[in-house]
Order: sequence, then C-alpha cells, then structure tokens
Amino acid sequence: MSQGVLAIAEQIEGVFRKVTYEALSEGRRIADRLNCDLTAIILGADLDNISKELGQYGADRIIVAQSPTLSEYLTDAYTTVIADYINKENPAVVILGASTQGKDLSARLSARLNAPLAMDCVAIRFEENNIIATRPMYGGKILADIALDGNPQILAIRPNAMTITNTAGAGSIEKLDTDTGNMVLQFIEKSLDTGKVELTEADTVVSGGRGMAGADFTVIEELAQLLDGAVGASRSAVDEGWRPASDQVGQTGKVVSPNLYIACGISGAIQHLAGMSSSKVVVAINKDPEAPIFSKADFGIEGDLFEIVPLIAEQVKKLKGRI
Amino acid sequence: MEIAVLLKQVPATESLIEITDDGISIKTDDIKWVINPYDEFAVEEALQIKEAHGGSVTIISVGPEKTTEAIRTALAMGADKGILINDPAAEGCDGLSTARILAAVLKETPFDLIIAGQRAVDDDNFQVGPAVAEFLGIPNISMVIKQEIIDAKIRCHGTIDGGTVILEAPLPALFTTQRGLNEPRYASLPGIMKAKKKPIDIKTLADIGLEADRIGKPLTRIVAMQIPPERKGGRMITGDSAQAKAVELVRILHEEAKVI
Repeated sequence: MSQGVLAIAEQIEGVFRKVTYEALSEGRRIADRLNCDLTAIILGADLDNISKELGQYGADRIIVAQSPTLSEYLTDAYTTVIADYINKENPAVVILGASTQGKDLSARLSARLNAPLAMDCVAIRFEENNIIATRPMYGGKILADIALDGNPQILAIRPNAMTITNTAGAGSIEKLDTDTGNMVLQFIEKSLDTGKVELTEADTVVSGGRGMAGADFTVIEELAQLLDGAVGASRSAVDEGWRPASDQVGQTGKVVSPNLYIACGISGAIQHLAGMSSSKVVVAINKDPEAPIFSKADFGIEGDLFEIVPLIAEQVKKLKGRI
Repeated sequence: MEIAVLLKQVPATESLIEITDDGISIKTDDIKWVINPYDEFAVEEALQIKEAHGGSVTIISVGPEKTTEAIRTALAMGADKGILINDPAAEGCDGLSTARILAAVLKETPFDLIIAGQRAVDDDNFQVGPAVAEFLGIPNISMVIKQEIIDAKIRCHGTIDGGTVILEAPLPALFTTQRGLNEPRYASLPGIMKAKKKPIDIKTLADIGLEADRIGKPLTRIVAMQIPPERKGGRMITGDSAQAKAVELVRILHEEAKVI
C-alpha cells in the first residue's frame, strides 16, 4: 500500500529555490494529516553542504542522489532517478514546486508513472481522506478543485502560494545509489541573471506598461530594487520590445502572487488582471483616472508615473533609513 | 524534415469566462475560439524549419469537430495537412489521456521533430508536451526561445527560472514553445485559399488503433469550479501634490497594509 509523502527539492548552484521550502512545509502538513513520514529527495552533484537544511522544513528523511551526471537538471536523468525511487518506495503523495523545472519534471513523471498530476496548485485540502487540490485555469479567471485518482498523487505547487513553516527536526540523511539510465539530453551551457529576484517568487513586483512610453525602465527598476522585488511588464511593453518576454505578467505570460504588486502605466486589460489578481495588495499608478486597473487596485494614484514613482522610491529609502 | 505540431483550440484570452450550472465546466456559447497562442508559436517555428530544411508540417489535434477551424487557420499559415482525433470517448480527457491519444497518432506516422505549446491557456496544465515525449520514448526540451538543427540533432535555448539553458537532443525529439521564439505570421489571402484544398483527416480512436478503454480513465477530475473573489477598487490616494500622495501611499503600505 502506498504510504508517505515525498517532497522533491530543487536547487540551483547549491541554493534551494524558495518554492522548495514551500513544498516541504506543505508536504509536512499533508504528512501530519495522513499520519506518515515526510521524505525529501534532492538531486545534484555537490550537495554535502546543503542537504541537511531540508530537515528544518519538516523532512524526517533526506534522500541524497549525488552524482556528477546530475550536476545540471536534465529531464531524462532526473525523471529516471526519481521515478525509480518512487517505484521502490511507493509514496502516496509526491509534492514539488511548479517552477519551470518542476513543471517539466512533474509532467514527465506523471506519464512515466501513470500517476495523477495537479499542476500549479494554490491550495490543498482534505475531504475525508481524499486530497482536493485547487488550481487556477483560464489564466486565473477560474479556480478549479481537482480530485486525483491513483498513486502517487503528484502535486506541483505554485510559487508564493503556500506558507513556509520552520520545524525543529533534523532529518536523517541517506545516500541513494543512482542510475541515470540512458541519457540522451546533453547540457551545453546556461546563463543566469545574477542578483535578479525571480518574478514568480518575488514578494514585491513593480510592473510597467504602455505608460512607460519606451524601453527606459530605470524608475521601475530602482523601486523594485529598493523593495527587494522583481520587475514585471504588461504584454504591450513586451510586444514593443521594451522588456524581455520572461518579464511578462498575464494570461500568456507569468502569473504572480506577490504581497505587493505595483502597476505603473498599466491600463489593466483582462489578460493582465488574470496574471496578478491573486496579489495580496495591488497599487496602481496611472495618468488616466478611467483606467480599469483602478477598479482592481487596493490603492490608486492618479498622476504621471515618472514623477510619482521616484517620489515613492525616495519615501521608501527614508523608511529604510538609507538617507 | 517531417514536423508535427500539437495544436489545441482554446477560448481567446480576452474571453469572459463563466461557469455553467453543473459547476464543473464553462459556458461556451459566446466564446470566440482561437489557436492556443503557444501553439501558434509552434506552427510558425515549424514553418520556418520547413523553409530552411525542407519537409512537411502536419497539425495534430484532439477535440470536437469545430477544431477543424483552428487547424484550417494553421494550414492557411502554411502547414501541409491536419489530423483531428474527434471521438466522443475522447471528451473529458485529462492531460495524460490526451497525451496518450496524440502519442498513438504519432506512433502511426513517425516524425523527426514534434513541437508543442508549453501549455494551453485554458487548462494551463503544462503536461501534454512532456507526456507525449515520454509515451514515445523521445527527449523533450521545455520553454524554448531559440533552436537550431544541425545534422540529426537539435540545440535549444530553453528558459529556466532566472536564466536560460542550452540543451542538445538527438532527433526525433519534442520541444515546447515560449514567448519570444518567433512572431507568428498572419495567414495570407492566397494561403487561406490554398488551405481550403489541403487535407484534414478526421479520425476516431478506433481509426488509430486505440480502443476507448486503453486511453485510460481520467486520473484527475474537476469536482468544483469557482470564480476567484473579484478584486474591488479601493481608495484613491489624494493629496495636494505628487509628493504628498507618495508620502501617504508609503505610509499606508508600511503602517496599514504592512507590505513594506
């Protein structure tokens, strides 16, 4: 019989993604409800220094699959190692972050294991002893409750949706002998935007739209940096070539749920609203008092963003004692 | 180069989505249906690869008969032919059973390259592309913004959270699209005329040798749907000057909302 919860940890260059802590914390809550253990699995080439950190987020056991062939995420090798482990241990629930990597991995795992997958969950609850996963559809215009049949039940959770809980436990570390099988994907190189906060994981997002009137996003970037946040953009700003596609917030871009979303010069098309409506607090700054964004924002300022945003940045600096 | 594009017809993103009385599906009466935007990038990329390397582009879809409209649009853009699996038993499929059907079609006719959207903007599942690759036993690369084919290999620039990665796979392979890959062309008038004569094979599951019970019972089921609580407009920050407004906003965000 299937038993236990398995959380798949994601690290890049020896640093865990924030969503990994969210997946472990939610996995711990599920394990407590099912009265079973939470096991974390981590893959990589050099994990000695970071593995035990997973115990601080509720993992009873930490399975370390360490091999030079696992130094970079490759769909085929990672799927094989994790699927083999799942087949051996037979967990009832598998939980992981729905990052770009987590989406790719969970989709392939679901097919390999013929297992149900709820993608991009924003909430997980129990009805009697069955898991019900809530996930957005239609770019967040709908929230659907999903029931899963079969084992293991794979839950890929949306970044920034679940609470991180620290625990006192330590977690026992076990090395896993890995066989990556026949690998055909080959890693060539990667480039990381160093020092940038990932848009989907950011606590604060400052976005610019058509009102930016050009590629100069300096005022937005400065405010985002002061707030340790990320820069976003509306579709029109991306279509104009002012920002890269990876910055796009909306139904055909990224869906974000930060604590604070500041929309600057964004009118608020339905596709954009779908991408940011689950933010906790929304601020809109726009010259046009009739802009639809004001009807969805907690706080609005009518005015020229190039005048207002630097003034806000100055106030934030004062608040943080940097002046 | 034989290229297959996996395509889904979805509600246009400007659609207002409403829930039907059964509580588990959406009202479709007033919806404008379009090619899934990420699949449009797939069609465009397939056409560019065909223009560079020769070969043909086949559009493959699972859906109701009206999906032929979306396939016809892709043919008008320049694709060569379409295959639609239209079968009552395929209704209500989850991502995994849809992938199983698509894989069965692709097993019948081998392809060098399969291109799929990273997700369909209705289900937002991100599942079908990698699952099809798994069922075919071929590699997949997700969220691609650039690719080049050299000999029998494809090299892809994929987006990852916080950067990009370059991966290489031997063909046959599957990749999924990310915004930025290309700018999909519009169908030209001659293209639309030509598309009328291009073949669309409409098949049932039996036609592709798949008995209805072999696609498997859906492993995920929608048991309820709700419209997220609508955001309400809050207060406009007023003040004598821009400076006063900025001060008041930061005070509220710090003291009341406690978000900075």
